[in-house]
Amino acid sequence: MQVQEYTLKEMMAIMAAREIIDGDIVFAGTGISMLAATAAKNINAPNCIIFFETGAIDSLIEELPLAVADPRVMYGAASNTGLLEAFATMQNRITGDKVIAILGAAQIDKYGNLNTTAIGDYHLPDTRFSGSGGGCDVASFVPRCIAFMQHEKRKFVKKLDYLTSPGQLQGRGAREAAGLRPGGVNVVITNMAVMRMDSENGEIYLDQYYPGVTPDMILENMQFSVDISRATLAKPPTEQELMTLRQKCDPQKLILN
Amino acid sequence: MNSENSKVMSIETAVKRFMDNGAHISIGGFTLNRNPMAAVYEIIRQGFQNLHVYAHSNGTGVDELIGAGCVSRLEIAYAGTGKTAPTCIRFRKAVQEGKIEVEDYSNFMMSLRFLAGAMGVPFMPTLSGLGSEITTTWGFSEEMRKQNHKIANDKLVVLDNPFGRWGNASKVLLVPAINPDVTFIHVQKADPMGTCRIDGLTFADIEQVKASKHVVVTCEELVKTEELRDFPEHNQIPFLHISAVCHVPYGGYPTAVYRYYDYDSDYLRNYAAAAKEDDKFVKFQKKYIYGVKNHQELMKLIGREHLDEIKADVRTGYAVNMKRG
Repeated sequence: MQVQEYTLKEMMAIMAAREIIDGDIVFAGTGISMLAATAAKNINAPNCIIFFETGAIDSLIEELPLAVADPRVMYGAASNTGLLEAFATMQNRITGDKVIAILGAAQIDKYGNLNTTAIGDYHLPDTRFSGSGGGCDVASFVPRCIAFMQHEKRKFVKKLDYLTSPGQLQGRGAREAAGLRPGGVNVVITNMAVMRMDSENGEIYLDQYYPGVTPDMILENMQFSVDISRATLAKPPTEQELMTLRQKCDPQKLILN
Repeated sequence: MNSENSKVMSIETAVKRFMDNGAHISIGGFTLNRNPMAAVYEIIRQGFQNLHVYAHSNGTGVDELIGAGCVSRLEIAYAGTGKTAPTCIRFRKAVQEGKIEVEDYSNFMMSLRFLAGAMGVPFMPTLSGLGSEITTTWGFSEEMRKQNHKIANDKLVVLDNPFGRWGNASKVLLVPAINPDVTFIHVQKADPMGTCRIDGLTFADIEQVKASKHVVVTCEELVKTEELRDFPEHNQIPFLHISAVCHVPYGGYPTAVYRYYDYDSDYLRNYAAAAKEDDKFVKFQKKYIYGVKNHQELMKLIGREHLDEIKADVRTGYAVNMKRG
Protein backbone atom coordinates (compact mmCIF):
# COMPACT_ATOMS: atom_id res chain seq x y z
CA MET A 1 0.00 0.00 0.00
CA GLN A 2 1.24 3.43 -0.89
CA VAL A 3 2.00 5.71 2.03
CA GLN A 4 -0.37 8.63 2.01
CA GLU A 5 1.13 12.04 2.63
CA TYR A 6 -0.80 14.42 4.84
CA THR A 7 -0.27 17.54 6.94
CA LEU A 8 -0.66 17.70 10.71
CA LYS A 9 -3.64 20.00 10.26
CA GLU A 10 -5.31 17.32 8.14
CA MET A 11 -4.45 14.68 10.71
CA MET A 12 -5.98 16.80 13.49
CA ALA A 13 -9.17 17.48 11.55
CA ILE A 14 -9.63 13.78 10.76
CA MET A 15 -8.87 12.64 14.32
CA ALA A 16 -11.54 15.06 15.58
CA ALA A 17 -14.03 14.00 12.91
CA ARG A 18 -13.64 10.37 14.03
CA GLU A 19 -14.81 11.38 17.52
CA ILE A 20 -18.18 12.42 16.16
CA ILE A 21 -20.88 9.75 16.17
CA ASP A 22 -23.60 9.74 13.55
CA GLY A 23 -26.59 11.62 14.93
CA ASP A 24 -24.56 13.83 17.29
CA ILE A 25 -25.35 17.52 17.55
CA VAL A 26 -22.00 19.14 16.79
CA PHE A 27 -21.19 22.54 18.26
CA ALA A 28 -18.55 24.07 16.00
CA GLY A 29 -16.35 27.05 16.79
CA THR A 30 -14.11 28.98 14.41
CA GLY A 31 -11.29 27.66 12.21
CA ILE A 32 -10.15 24.04 12.35
CA SER A 33 -13.11 23.05 14.52
CA MET A 34 -15.44 24.15 11.71
CA LEU A 35 -13.39 22.00 9.30
CA ALA A 36 -13.52 18.98 11.62
CA ALA A 37 -17.31 19.28 11.91
CA THR A 38 -17.77 19.38 8.14
CA ALA A 39 -15.31 16.49 7.74
CA ALA A 40 -17.42 14.37 10.10
CA LYS A 41 -20.57 15.30 8.20
CA ASN A 42 -19.01 14.33 4.88
CA ILE A 43 -17.10 11.23 6.00
CA ASN A 44 -18.26 9.28 9.01
CA ALA A 45 -21.34 10.96 10.47
CA PRO A 46 -23.64 12.08 7.63
CA ASN A 47 -26.58 12.50 10.00
CA CYS A 48 -24.79 14.69 12.51
CA ILE A 49 -26.31 18.12 13.04
CA ILE A 50 -23.88 21.02 12.86
CA PHE A 51 -24.94 23.98 14.89
CA PHE A 52 -23.55 27.32 15.93
CA GLU A 53 -23.76 29.45 19.06
CA THR A 54 -25.07 32.29 16.91
CA GLY A 55 -28.32 30.32 16.55
CA ALA A 56 -28.04 28.52 13.17
CA ILE A 57 -29.10 24.88 13.40
CA ASP A 58 -28.28 22.21 10.77
CA SER A 59 -26.86 24.71 8.26
CA LEU A 60 -26.31 23.58 4.70
CA ILE A 61 -22.60 24.19 4.45
CA GLU A 62 -21.61 24.59 0.82
CA GLU A 63 -18.61 26.80 1.57
CA LEU A 64 -16.53 26.63 4.76
CA PRO A 65 -17.64 29.41 7.13
CA LEU A 66 -14.73 31.42 8.59
CA ALA A 67 -16.61 32.50 11.70
CA VAL A 68 -19.71 31.38 13.55
CA ALA A 69 -21.46 34.54 12.31
CA ASP A 70 -20.36 33.98 8.70
CA PRO A 71 -23.45 34.25 6.46
CA ARG A 72 -22.46 30.76 5.20
CA VAL A 73 -23.93 29.30 8.42
CA MET A 74 -27.32 30.92 7.69
CA TYR A 75 -27.99 29.26 4.36
CA GLY A 76 -30.30 26.25 4.36
CA ALA A 77 -30.50 26.00 8.15
CA ALA A 78 -33.44 24.36 9.94
CA SER A 79 -33.78 27.60 11.84
CA ASN A 80 -31.91 30.85 12.21
CA THR A 81 -32.47 32.16 15.70
CA GLY A 82 -30.16 33.88 18.17
CA LEU A 83 -27.71 33.35 20.99
CA LEU A 84 -30.28 32.75 23.73
CA GLU A 85 -31.87 29.89 21.83
CA ALA A 86 -28.51 28.32 20.94
CA PHE A 87 -27.20 28.30 24.50
CA ALA A 88 -30.55 27.25 25.93
CA THR A 89 -30.41 24.24 23.61
CA MET A 90 -27.17 23.23 25.32
CA GLN A 91 -28.17 24.13 28.88
CA ASN A 92 -31.36 22.11 28.54
CA ARG A 93 -30.62 18.42 29.24
CA ILE A 94 -33.11 17.10 26.67
CA THR A 95 -30.99 18.38 23.78
CA GLY A 96 -27.79 19.38 25.60
CA ASP A 97 -26.76 15.81 26.39
CA LYS A 98 -26.61 15.04 22.65
CA VAL A 99 -24.13 17.83 21.95
CA ILE A 100 -20.44 17.34 21.26
CA ALA A 101 -18.44 20.56 21.14
CA ILE A 102 -15.17 21.40 19.43
CA LEU A 103 -13.13 24.16 21.09
CA GLY A 104 -9.69 25.71 20.97
CA ALA A 105 -7.61 27.38 23.70
CA ALA A 106 -4.35 29.16 24.50
CA GLN A 107 -3.70 26.99 27.58
CA ILE A 108 -4.94 23.69 28.99
CA ASP A 109 -4.17 21.96 32.31
CA LYS A 110 -4.26 18.28 33.27
CA TYR A 111 -7.89 18.56 34.32
CA GLY A 112 -8.98 19.76 30.90
CA ASN A 113 -9.66 23.33 32.05
CA LEU A 114 -9.12 25.92 29.29
CA ASN A 115 -7.80 29.46 29.14
CA THR A 116 -8.91 31.64 26.23
CA THR A 117 -8.72 34.95 28.09
CA ALA A 118 -5.26 36.15 29.10
CA ILE A 119 -1.62 35.24 29.73
CA GLY A 120 -0.02 37.00 32.69
CA ASP A 121 -1.89 39.20 35.17
CA TYR A 122 -5.56 39.42 34.20
CA HIS A 123 -5.71 43.16 34.92
CA LEU A 124 -2.62 44.02 32.88
CA PRO A 125 -1.98 40.95 30.73
CA ASP A 126 1.15 40.12 28.75
CA THR A 127 -1.12 38.73 26.06
CA ARG A 128 -4.82 39.27 25.89
CA PHE A 129 -6.96 36.80 23.93
CA SER A 130 -10.51 37.06 22.65
CA GLY A 131 -12.18 35.83 25.85
CA SER A 132 -14.74 33.11 26.52
CA GLY A 133 -17.20 33.74 23.74
CA GLY A 134 -19.45 30.70 24.14
CA GLY A 135 -16.58 28.48 25.32
CA CYS A 136 -17.30 28.75 29.04
CA ASP A 137 -21.01 28.11 28.43
CA VAL A 138 -20.40 25.03 26.31
CA ALA A 139 -17.80 23.55 28.66
CA SER A 140 -20.26 24.12 31.52
CA PHE A 141 -23.20 22.48 29.75
CA VAL A 142 -22.35 19.62 27.41
CA PRO A 143 -21.05 16.14 28.27
CA ARG A 144 -18.42 15.87 25.51
CA CYS A 145 -15.93 18.52 24.38
CA ILE A 146 -12.99 18.15 22.01
CA ALA A 147 -10.16 20.63 22.58
CA PHE A 148 -7.79 21.43 19.74
CA MET A 149 -4.30 22.33 21.02
CA GLN A 150 -0.75 22.73 19.76
CA HIS A 151 1.59 20.54 21.77
CA GLU A 152 3.88 23.11 23.41
CA LYS A 153 5.16 23.51 26.96
CA ARG A 154 3.67 26.99 27.27
CA LYS A 155 0.24 25.63 26.31
CA PHE A 156 0.09 22.44 28.41
CA VAL A 157 0.62 24.16 31.74
CA LYS A 158 0.68 23.18 35.40
CA LYS A 159 -1.48 26.16 36.29
CA LEU A 160 -3.64 28.20 33.94
CA ASP A 161 -3.15 31.97 33.99
CA TYR A 162 -6.96 32.24 33.84
CA LEU A 163 -9.59 29.50 33.97
CA THR A 164 -12.10 30.51 31.30
CA SER A 165 -13.88 27.23 30.53
CA PRO A 166 -14.34 24.55 33.18
CA GLY A 167 -13.02 21.03 32.67
CA GLN A 168 -12.75 18.90 35.80
CA LEU A 169 -11.70 22.07 37.76
CA GLN A 170 -9.42 20.80 40.59
CA GLY A 171 -9.99 17.13 39.79
CA ARG A 172 -12.49 14.38 40.35
CA GLY A 173 -15.69 15.57 42.04
CA ALA A 174 -14.86 19.27 41.71
CA ARG A 175 -17.40 19.99 38.98
CA GLU A 176 -20.20 18.60 41.07
CA ALA A 177 -19.06 20.55 44.14
CA ALA A 178 -19.06 23.77 42.09
CA GLY A 179 -22.60 23.08 40.91
CA LEU A 180 -21.76 21.93 37.38
CA ARG A 181 -23.11 18.85 35.69
CA PRO A 182 -20.72 16.22 34.32
CA GLY A 183 -19.01 17.47 31.16
CA GLY A 184 -16.12 19.58 29.95
CA VAL A 185 -13.20 18.53 27.78
CA ASN A 186 -12.97 14.76 27.39
CA VAL A 187 -10.72 14.60 24.31
CA VAL A 188 -7.65 16.70 23.47
CA ILE A 189 -6.42 16.62 19.89
CA THR A 190 -3.00 18.10 19.17
CA ASN A 191 -0.41 18.17 16.41
CA MET A 192 1.23 15.14 18.10
CA ALA A 193 -1.41 13.13 19.91
CA VAL A 194 -4.91 12.34 21.07
CA MET A 195 -5.43 12.53 24.81
CA ARG A 196 -8.48 11.55 26.80
CA MET A 197 -10.02 12.31 30.16
CA ASP A 198 -9.78 9.51 32.69
CA SER A 199 -13.13 9.51 34.44
CA GLU A 200 -11.60 7.74 37.45
CA ASN A 201 -9.15 10.47 38.45
CA GLY A 202 -10.35 13.42 36.35
CA GLU A 203 -6.98 13.84 34.58
CA ILE A 204 -6.02 13.51 30.92
CA TYR A 205 -3.92 10.59 29.68
CA LEU A 206 -2.19 9.79 26.42
CA ASP A 207 -4.42 7.66 24.23
CA GLN A 208 -2.77 7.81 20.78
CA TYR A 209 0.45 9.24 19.37
CA TYR A 210 0.91 10.11 15.71
CA PRO A 211 3.29 8.29 13.34
CA GLY A 212 6.78 9.76 13.74
CA VAL A 213 6.12 10.82 17.34
CA THR A 214 6.95 8.98 20.58
CA PRO A 215 5.21 9.28 23.95
CA ASP A 216 8.44 10.73 25.38
CA MET A 217 8.48 13.48 22.77
CA ILE A 218 4.93 14.34 23.77
CA LEU A 219 5.82 14.54 27.47
CA GLU A 220 8.74 16.81 26.61
CA ASN A 221 6.25 19.28 25.20
CA MET A 222 4.18 19.55 28.37
CA GLN A 223 4.71 21.15 31.77
CA PHE A 224 2.98 18.25 33.51
CA SER A 225 3.22 14.50 33.20
CA VAL A 226 0.40 12.21 32.07
CA ASP A 227 -0.17 8.47 32.04
CA ILE A 228 1.31 7.03 28.81
CA SER A 229 0.81 3.35 29.67
CA ARG A 230 -2.34 3.00 27.55
CA ALA A 231 -0.98 4.79 24.48
CA THR A 232 -1.17 3.25 21.02
CA LEU A 233 -0.09 4.42 17.58
CA ALA A 234 -2.77 6.51 15.85
CA LYS A 235 -4.18 5.38 12.53
CA PRO A 236 -3.32 8.06 9.95
CA PRO A 237 -6.00 9.44 7.65
CA THR A 238 -7.05 7.15 4.83
CA GLU A 239 -6.90 8.15 1.19
CA GLN A 240 -10.68 8.45 1.18
CA GLU A 241 -10.73 10.67 4.27
CA LEU A 242 -8.07 12.94 2.84
CA MET A 243 -9.74 13.22 -0.52
CA THR A 244 -13.06 14.23 1.03
CA LEU A 245 -11.37 16.67 3.39
CA ARG A 246 -9.45 18.39 0.61
CA GLN A 247 -11.93 18.31 -2.22
CA LYS A 248 -15.26 18.52 -0.46
CA CYS A 249 -14.68 20.25 2.88
CA ASP A 250 -12.06 22.88 2.10
CA PRO A 251 -11.41 23.14 -1.64
CA GLN A 252 -10.56 26.83 -1.27
CA LYS A 253 -7.84 25.90 1.26
CA LEU A 254 -9.12 28.43 3.76
CA ILE A 255 -8.01 26.36 6.74
CA LEU A 256 -5.79 23.78 5.05
CA ASN A 257 -3.43 26.35 3.58
CA MET B 1 -49.14 55.67 8.53
CA ASN B 2 -49.28 59.19 9.87
CA SER B 3 -46.15 61.09 8.85
CA GLU B 4 -46.03 62.61 12.33
CA ASN B 5 -45.07 59.18 13.59
CA SER B 6 -42.06 58.98 11.36
CA LYS B 7 -38.73 58.56 13.13
CA VAL B 8 -36.73 58.92 9.97
CA MET B 9 -33.63 61.08 10.25
CA SER B 10 -30.04 61.03 9.10
CA ILE B 11 -27.54 58.92 11.04
CA GLU B 12 -25.59 62.13 11.71
CA THR B 13 -28.65 63.64 13.42
CA ALA B 14 -29.50 60.44 15.30
CA VAL B 15 -25.98 60.05 16.72
CA LYS B 16 -25.91 63.73 17.71
CA ARG B 17 -29.32 63.53 19.34
CA PHE B 18 -28.99 60.33 21.34
CA MET B 19 -25.27 60.07 22.14
CA ASP B 20 -23.30 61.67 24.94
CA ASN B 21 -19.78 61.42 26.24
CA GLY B 22 -19.77 58.71 28.90
CA ALA B 23 -22.89 57.04 27.51
CA HIS B 24 -23.49 53.34 28.11
CA ILE B 25 -24.04 51.82 24.69
CA SER B 26 -24.36 48.50 22.91
CA ILE B 27 -24.13 47.63 19.25
CA GLY B 28 -25.84 44.78 17.44
CA GLY B 29 -24.48 42.06 15.19
CA PHE B 30 -21.79 39.47 15.86
CA THR B 31 -18.04 39.51 14.98
CA LEU B 32 -18.13 40.08 11.20
CA ASN B 33 -21.89 40.14 10.65
CA ARG B 34 -24.47 42.94 10.71
CA ASN B 35 -22.47 45.33 12.89
CA PRO B 36 -24.02 48.84 12.63
CA MET B 37 -20.86 50.17 11.04
CA ALA B 38 -22.28 53.40 9.60
CA ALA B 39 -23.36 54.29 13.15
CA VAL B 40 -19.99 53.23 14.61
CA TYR B 41 -18.13 55.39 12.08
CA GLU B 42 -20.41 58.34 12.79
CA ILE B 43 -19.85 58.00 16.57
CA ILE B 44 -16.11 58.06 15.87
CA ARG B 45 -16.42 61.03 13.50
CA GLN B 46 -18.38 63.01 16.09
CA GLY B 47 -15.65 62.22 18.62
CA PHE B 48 -17.62 60.74 21.52
CA GLN B 49 -15.43 59.57 24.36
CA ASN B 50 -15.41 57.74 27.66
CA LEU B 51 -18.04 55.30 26.43
CA HIS B 52 -19.07 52.24 28.44
CA VAL B 53 -19.73 49.46 25.92
CA TYR B 54 -21.70 46.24 26.43
CA ALA B 55 -21.00 43.46 23.93
CA HIS B 56 -21.33 39.71 23.57
CA SER B 57 -19.16 38.73 20.60
CA ASN B 58 -18.39 41.95 18.83
CA GLY B 59 -15.52 42.22 16.43
CA THR B 60 -15.09 44.96 13.92
CA GLY B 61 -17.41 47.56 15.43
CA VAL B 62 -16.04 47.43 18.96
CA ASP B 63 -12.44 47.31 17.75
CA GLU B 64 -12.87 50.44 15.63
CA LEU B 65 -14.44 52.27 18.59
CA ILE B 66 -11.60 51.21 20.90
CA GLY B 67 -8.98 52.09 18.30
CA ALA B 68 -10.44 55.56 17.89
CA GLY B 69 -10.17 56.16 21.63
CA CYS B 70 -13.93 56.32 22.24
CA VAL B 71 -14.12 53.56 24.86
CA SER B 72 -13.03 53.60 28.48
CA ARG B 73 -14.90 50.55 29.81
CA LEU B 74 -16.00 47.35 28.16
CA GLU B 75 -18.15 44.44 29.37
CA ILE B 76 -17.66 41.70 26.83
CA ALA B 77 -17.59 37.96 26.10
CA TYR B 78 -15.45 37.84 22.96
CA ALA B 79 -13.47 40.27 20.85
CA GLY B 80 -12.48 38.69 17.56
CA THR B 81 -13.10 39.03 13.84
CA GLY B 82 -12.70 35.54 12.43
CA LYS B 83 -9.63 34.69 10.42
CA THR B 84 -8.18 38.17 9.91
CA ALA B 85 -8.02 38.93 13.65
CA PRO B 86 -8.83 35.97 15.94
CA THR B 87 -8.34 38.45 18.79
CA CYS B 88 -9.28 42.03 17.90
CA ILE B 89 -6.01 43.88 17.59
CA ARG B 90 -6.79 47.34 18.99
CA PHE B 91 -8.76 45.68 21.79
CA ARG B 92 -5.75 43.50 22.67
CA LYS B 93 -3.41 46.47 22.60
CA ALA B 94 -5.67 48.67 24.71
CA VAL B 95 -6.11 45.95 27.35
CA GLN B 96 -2.40 45.13 27.46
CA GLU B 97 -1.55 48.80 27.85
CA GLY B 98 -4.18 49.30 30.55
CA LYS B 99 -6.05 51.89 28.49
CA ILE B 100 -9.48 50.33 28.93
CA GLU B 101 -11.08 48.50 31.83
CA VAL B 102 -12.60 45.15 30.93
CA GLU B 103 -15.11 42.90 32.62
CA ASP B 104 -15.29 39.39 31.12
CA TYR B 105 -18.47 37.38 30.80
CA SER B 106 -19.54 34.55 28.47
CA ASN B 107 -21.81 34.94 25.44
CA PHE B 108 -24.77 33.34 27.20
CA MET B 109 -24.23 35.53 30.28
CA MET B 110 -24.18 38.72 28.19
CA SER B 111 -27.27 37.62 26.24
CA LEU B 112 -29.09 36.86 29.49
CA ARG B 113 -28.09 40.24 30.87
CA PHE B 114 -29.70 41.96 27.88
CA LEU B 115 -32.75 39.72 28.30
CA ALA B 116 -33.03 40.69 31.99
CA GLY B 117 -32.89 44.34 30.95
CA ALA B 118 -35.54 43.73 28.30
CA MET B 119 -37.78 41.93 30.81
CA GLY B 120 -37.39 44.46 33.59
CA VAL B 121 -35.99 41.97 36.10
CA PRO B 122 -32.76 42.64 38.03
CA PHE B 123 -30.97 39.46 36.95
CA MET B 124 -31.21 36.16 35.13
CA PRO B 125 -29.94 32.78 36.33
CA THR B 126 -27.74 30.30 34.48
CA LEU B 127 -25.72 27.17 35.21
CA SER B 128 -22.85 28.47 33.08
CA GLY B 129 -19.48 29.44 34.50
CA LEU B 130 -19.75 27.94 37.98
CA GLY B 131 -16.21 27.20 39.18
CA SER B 132 -14.64 29.28 36.40
CA GLU B 133 -12.53 32.38 36.86
CA ILE B 134 -15.22 34.47 35.17
CA THR B 135 -17.00 33.95 38.49
CA THR B 136 -14.08 34.69 40.79
CA THR B 137 -11.93 37.28 39.00
CA TRP B 138 -13.47 40.73 38.60
CA GLY B 139 -12.14 43.35 36.23
CA PHE B 140 -13.86 46.47 37.55
CA SER B 141 -12.90 47.66 41.02
CA GLU B 142 -15.38 47.39 43.86
CA GLU B 143 -15.02 51.11 44.47
CA MET B 144 -15.84 52.08 40.88
CA ARG B 145 -18.85 49.76 40.92
CA LYS B 146 -20.18 51.40 44.09
CA GLN B 147 -19.74 54.90 42.72
CA ASN B 148 -21.22 54.17 39.31
CA HIS B 149 -25.01 54.07 39.52
CA LYS B 150 -25.40 52.67 36.03
CA ILE B 151 -23.80 49.33 36.89
CA ALA B 152 -24.53 46.76 39.59
CA ASN B 153 -22.36 46.55 42.71
CA ASP B 154 -21.53 42.94 41.89
CA LYS B 155 -20.24 41.43 38.65
CA LEU B 156 -22.37 38.36 39.37
CA VAL B 157 -23.67 36.32 42.28
CA VAL B 158 -23.46 32.55 42.91
CA LEU B 159 -26.42 31.33 44.92
CA ASP B 160 -27.56 27.98 46.33
CA ASN B 161 -30.58 26.90 44.30
CA PRO B 162 -33.48 28.51 46.26
CA PHE B 163 -35.73 25.66 45.05
CA GLY B 164 -33.55 23.00 46.69
CA ARG B 165 -32.52 20.40 44.11
CA TRP B 166 -35.41 21.25 41.80
CA GLY B 167 -34.22 21.36 38.19
CA ASN B 168 -31.31 19.12 39.14
CA ALA B 169 -29.05 22.01 40.12
CA SER B 170 -27.37 22.72 43.46
CA LYS B 171 -26.24 26.25 42.57
CA VAL B 172 -27.13 28.99 40.13
CA LEU B 173 -25.14 31.92 38.82
CA LEU B 174 -27.02 35.22 38.60
CA VAL B 175 -25.98 37.88 36.10
CA PRO B 176 -27.18 41.50 36.46
CA ALA B 177 -29.48 43.20 33.95
CA ILE B 178 -28.15 45.69 31.41
CA ASN B 179 -30.11 48.74 30.32
CA PRO B 180 -27.94 50.68 27.85
CA ASP B 181 -28.56 54.37 27.21
CA VAL B 182 -28.43 53.73 23.48
CA THR B 183 -28.27 50.66 21.27
CA PHE B 184 -27.39 50.79 17.59
CA ILE B 185 -28.43 48.00 15.23
CA HIS B 186 -28.36 47.52 11.48
CA VAL B 187 -31.20 45.60 9.78
CA GLN B 188 -32.27 44.65 6.28
CA LYS B 189 -35.66 46.36 6.37
CA ALA B 190 -37.37 48.93 8.57
CA ASP B 191 -40.41 51.14 8.17
CA PRO B 192 -40.50 54.85 9.09
CA MET B 193 -41.91 54.06 12.54
CA GLY B 194 -39.11 51.61 13.28
CA THR B 195 -40.60 48.16 12.89
CA CYS B 196 -37.74 45.90 11.80
CA ARG B 197 -37.35 42.80 9.70
CA ILE B 198 -34.05 40.94 10.07
CA ASP B 199 -33.02 38.24 7.60
CA GLY B 200 -30.84 35.43 8.91
CA LEU B 201 -29.59 35.21 12.48
CA THR B 202 -30.80 37.80 14.96
CA PHE B 203 -27.88 37.20 17.41
CA ALA B 204 -28.93 39.14 20.55
CA ASP B 205 -30.20 42.22 18.70
CA ILE B 206 -33.79 41.81 19.84
CA GLU B 207 -32.88 41.67 23.54
CA GLN B 208 -30.35 44.52 23.17
CA VAL B 209 -33.01 46.71 21.56
CA LYS B 210 -35.70 45.96 24.13
CA ALA B 211 -33.29 46.62 27.02
CA SER B 212 -32.28 50.08 25.78
CA LYS B 213 -33.60 53.52 26.64
CA HIS B 214 -32.94 54.67 23.08
CA VAL B 215 -32.46 52.66 19.91
CA VAL B 216 -31.08 53.87 16.60
CA VAL B 217 -31.79 51.59 13.65
CA THR B 218 -29.99 51.83 10.34
CA CYS B 219 -31.49 49.87 7.47
CA GLU B 220 -30.62 48.67 3.99
CA GLU B 221 -34.15 49.41 2.81
CA LEU B 222 -36.65 51.86 4.22
CA VAL B 223 -39.99 50.29 3.30
CA LYS B 224 -43.64 51.21 3.59
CA THR B 225 -45.37 50.10 6.78
CA GLU B 226 -47.90 48.06 4.75
CA GLU B 227 -45.09 45.93 3.32
CA LEU B 228 -44.01 44.80 6.79
CA ARG B 229 -47.58 44.42 8.06
CA ASP B 230 -48.47 41.87 5.38
CA PHE B 231 -46.43 39.27 7.27
CA PRO B 232 -46.13 40.55 10.86
CA GLU B 233 -44.76 37.16 11.97
CA HIS B 234 -41.63 37.86 9.93
CA ASN B 235 -40.88 41.05 11.88
CA GLN B 236 -38.76 40.72 15.01
CA ILE B 237 -38.88 44.21 16.47
CA PRO B 238 -42.05 46.33 16.79
CA PHE B 239 -41.68 50.10 16.39
CA LEU B 240 -42.36 51.01 20.04
CA HIS B 241 -38.75 50.30 21.04
CA ILE B 242 -37.22 52.49 18.36
CA SER B 243 -36.10 56.11 18.64
CA ALA B 244 -34.63 56.78 15.20
CA VAL B 245 -34.68 55.15 11.76
CA CYS B 246 -31.85 55.95 9.38
CA HIS B 247 -31.83 54.74 5.81
CA VAL B 248 -28.19 53.78 5.17
CA PRO B 249 -27.58 51.31 2.33
CA TYR B 250 -24.38 49.34 3.08
CA GLY B 251 -24.76 50.48 6.68
CA GLY B 252 -23.27 47.18 7.86
CA TYR B 253 -20.22 47.36 5.59
CA PRO B 254 -17.49 46.00 5.95
CA THR B 255 -19.40 43.32 7.93
CA ALA B 256 -21.87 40.99 6.19
CA VAL B 257 -25.60 41.61 5.81
CA TYR B 258 -27.37 38.38 4.90
CA ARG B 259 -29.02 38.39 1.46
CA TYR B 260 -27.50 41.82 0.67
CA TYR B 261 -23.72 41.58 0.80
CA ASP B 262 -20.88 39.56 2.30
CA TYR B 263 -18.14 40.75 4.64
CA ASP B 264 -15.29 42.47 2.83
CA SER B 265 -12.25 40.24 3.36
CA ASP B 266 -9.93 42.75 1.73
CA TYR B 267 -11.04 45.59 3.97
CA LEU B 268 -10.85 43.42 7.09
CA ARG B 269 -7.39 42.16 6.14
CA ASN B 270 -6.15 45.72 5.47
CA TYR B 271 -7.71 46.80 8.74
CA ALA B 272 -5.89 44.01 10.63
CA ALA B 273 -2.58 44.92 8.99
CA ALA B 274 -3.02 48.61 9.85
CA ALA B 275 -4.23 47.91 13.38
CA LYS B 276 -0.91 46.30 14.31
CA GLU B 277 0.93 49.62 14.16
CA ASP B 278 -0.20 52.88 15.75
CA ASP B 279 0.78 55.24 12.94
CA LYS B 280 -0.64 52.98 10.24
CA PHE B 281 -3.86 52.67 12.19
CA VAL B 282 -4.23 56.44 12.51
CA LYS B 283 -3.76 56.73 8.75
CA PHE B 284 -6.29 53.96 8.13
CA GLN B 285 -9.03 55.60 10.21
CA LYS B 286 -8.14 58.97 8.73
CA LYS B 287 -8.68 57.63 5.25
CA TYR B 288 -11.83 55.56 5.80
CA ILE B 289 -13.59 57.41 8.65
CA TYR B 290 -12.40 60.99 9.21
CA GLY B 291 -11.53 61.51 5.56
CA VAL B 292 -15.08 60.92 4.36
CA LYS B 293 -18.14 62.97 5.20
CA ASN B 294 -20.49 60.04 5.66
CA HIS B 295 -21.08 56.38 4.85
CA GLN B 296 -22.15 57.13 1.27
CA GLU B 297 -18.78 58.76 0.67
CA LEU B 298 -17.03 55.74 2.16
CA MET B 299 -18.94 53.53 -0.27
CA LYS B 300 -17.79 55.73 -3.15
CA LEU B 301 -14.23 55.35 -1.92
CA ILE B 302 -14.60 51.55 -1.82
CA GLY B 303 -16.04 51.67 -5.33
CA ARG B 304 -18.90 49.99 -7.16
CA GLU B 305 -16.67 47.35 -8.72
CA HIS B 306 -15.47 46.11 -5.36
CA LEU B 307 -18.97 46.21 -3.86
CA ASP B 308 -20.18 44.04 -6.74
CA GLU B 309 -17.62 41.42 -5.72
CA ILE B 310 -19.19 41.07 -2.27
CA LYS B 311 -22.79 41.25 -3.50
CA ALA B 312 -24.88 38.40 -2.07
CA ASP B 313 -25.99 35.60 -4.34
CA VAL B 314 -29.81 35.32 -4.48
CA ARG B 315 -29.91 31.58 -3.70
CA THR B 316 -27.48 31.40 -0.77
CA GLY B 317 -27.52 34.93 0.66
CA TYR B 318 -23.71 35.28 0.54
CA ALA B 319 -21.12 35.94 -2.20
CA VAL B 320 -20.46 32.49 -3.67
CA ASN B 321 -16.81 31.73 -4.43
CA MET B 322 -15.73 35.08 -3.07
CA LYS B 323 -12.02 35.28 -2.39
CA ARG B 324 -11.69 35.05 1.38
CA GLY B 325 -9.07 34.68 4.05
